Amino acid sequence: MIKFENVNKWYKTYHALRDINGEVNTGEVVVVCGPSGSGKSTMIRTINKLEDIASGTIRVQGQCINDKHVNINQLRAGIGFVFQHFNLFPHLSVKDNVALSPIKVAGQSKAQAYEMADELLEKVGLYAKKDDMPANLSGGQQQRVAIARALAQQPPVILFDEPTSALDPEMVGEVLNVMKKLAADGMTMICVTHEMNFAREVADRIWFMDQGELLEDTTSNAFFTQATHERAQKFLADIIH
Amino acid sequence: MYDFISTYGMMFLVGSWPGGPIGGFAGTLILAALSLTAAFPIAMLIGTGRTSEIGIIRHLSTVWVYVFRSIPLIMIIFWAYFLLPTMMKTEIPPFWTAVSAIVIYESAFLAEIIRGGLQSLPAGQVEAARAMGLGYFQTLFTIQLPQALSNMIPSLLNQFVSTIKATSIVYIIGVNEAAFSAQQINSIELTGTLRTYLVLAMFYFFICALLSRVAKMLEAHLTAKRLGQAA
Amino acid sequence: MNFSLSLLSDPETVHLLLTGISVTLRLFIGALACGFVIALLLTAANLIPSRVVRALISLYVEYHRNVPTVVQIMVWYFGMPEILPKALKLWINQGNSEFSFALIALSLNVSAYYYEDIRSGIKAIAGTQLEAARAVGLSSAQALRCVVLPQAVRIAVPPIINRSLILFKDTSLAMVIGVTELTYQVKRIENITFQTFQIFMISTFLYLVISLMIALLGAQVARRYPANFKR
Repeated sequence: MIKFENVNKWYKTYHALRDINGEVNTGEVVVVCGPSGSGKSTMIRTINKLEDIASGTIRVQGQCINDKHVNINQLRAGIGFVFQHFNLFPHLSVKDNVALSPIKVAGQSKAQAYEMADELLEKVGLYAKKDDMPANLSGGQQQRVAIARALAQQPPVILFDEPTSALDPEMVGEVLNVMKKLAADGMTMICVTHEMNFAREVADRIWFMDQGELLEDTTSNAFFTQATHERAQKFLADIIH
Repeated sequence: MYDFISTYGMMFLVGSWPGGPIGGFAGTLILAALSLTAAFPIAMLIGTGRTSEIGIIRHLSTVWVYVFRSIPLIMIIFWAYFLLPTMMKTEIPPFWTAVSAIVIYESAFLAEIIRGGLQSLPAGQVEAARAMGLGYFQTLFTIQLPQALSNMIPSLLNQFVSTIKATSIVYIIGVNEAAFSAQQINSIELTGTLRTYLVLAMFYFFICALLSRVAKMLEAHLTAKRLGQAA
Repeated sequence: MNFSLSLLSDPETVHLLLTGISVTLRLFIGALACGFVIALLLTAANLIPSRVVRALISLYVEYHRNVPTVVQIMVWYFGMPEILPKALKLWINQGNSEFSFALIALSLNVSAYYYEDIRSGIKAIAGTQLEAARAVGLSSAQALRCVVLPQAVRIAVPPIINRSLILFKDTSLAMVIGVTELTYQVKRIENITFQTFQIFMISTFLYLVISLMIALLGAQVARRYPANFKR
């Protein structure tokens, strides 16, 4: 469903993404891991064009996203994105945050949109907070609302950019549980994260990145037991202490 | 002093109303409020234009801001006094000439306040909105402006104070406001000019100091709210 | 709409323009210098642990920030001569009294703003730097002079430059009392030649250019004396 072909990106003279090649199939859960500064976030942000690429192609559902006549807003409406810092809209209530996309982008009626918002908030366990303002919620709760907001786009794929990195440890679990449920329901997910236990449990494939390169692209089992690249081995050794 | 105030107090406050057009301090406030309100839509265009991704819009907006912040208000008033009757092919009352001049003048400052307000939002807000598929204008109107406007209120209030002070020059083209009233009183009294002008100064002092104080309190309140939210 | 520059070949016009620019610049630089010195004096005076002194300084600042500049000029030119001692009046009238009073009014006006800018700079630095200075044995006064003030003045540079640009525009207000600065000359030239559009264009251009030069000069100063002392 999402395909990287020889993707390169530079920040001024820094080679941020080096010849990335990879494919994510429908229904797959791909976890992207690696040391800090390896380009994981940059890579995932190129998929919905929050970052541009210098060369190569990225295809989403077969369509090359760098085509001149690609409607950026339509493309993004079809991709759910969950940010590290949630980025909920503080001036809108929880349910307004979730219903915004269906109303403004999909053109649904308010009744339909709020009905869907109710369902999604129920799914992430926050129906009771639907009239609250984001500022009144904990970090974990805000992130779950952010996931519901992404789901409201009814996207075929959701991208997660370090969704639990900004959370206090005791709240990480509640967010990961929601993500596990989504995976079990068959959602296509690409997840940049440091949560290796989550990866071991849920991921179909692991992409290991270091210094802008995609070094490992294997099944989850294979990665944890027989990672071939020495940097991957070092990474695993470092994190499993 | 008491006699002076009781004789001329009303003249300072409302000019020769109800026997004539409204003037004095009321005239000042009406002029300032009207001009600032009319300048707002223009300022919105220029302010958002300053952050536009389209080069030509961004450059034109920047030019507008730099030009109208570098020219004294008096020059703009002279321009308006000269150009408006020629363009509109009819006589323009001094009040409306003054309004036009002040609108153009203030639009540049207001535009910068709006730009500042928009740029002070966390970048993640615009990212999240665009990541959802919201277009430029949708993002601007549903996400950026509602948040930015409430942050801008203290600055807007301060700009209103500046505008009130700026109106004091328009008496030179015959607009009926506070300074004009002071001149009229002077030509009646012929002595005690210090007293006349000090009373004029006091009127400005009280209203501007009051509004500035309110703006400062609002700013403190907003900062506290923002810090409280972040915690 | 006469787009020619024929006026510039007329010696009388050029002479009036040059006089105007000269007076404007003298007024600007004079008020800037005097205002800055007064601001420094006020900063020092604010250290005196007297409630009365602080209240007076506060009153001074509030008056000059809330009363419109043109009204301040009027108070000085039309009002003050009433209470000035005869000898002083004679001395002022010997020279160019309009210029003198405008200079006084503008200097005092801008000094209040400069003082506030310096104070903000001091408040930004004070805390930990003052502690550190006292910890190495400097007295309060030494700490202020050697550690706090040098840093505070640098932080104050951008707002001071901003205020100086406003001061430059405010010199045009002096025309209402007859100071022969640029805007006054523009009016005069217009009355003589009737080439309104041309003279307005020329003077607007002059104001833009000089404002730009002041802004660039200010940027240079800010770069050479950065707040974080980074070379």
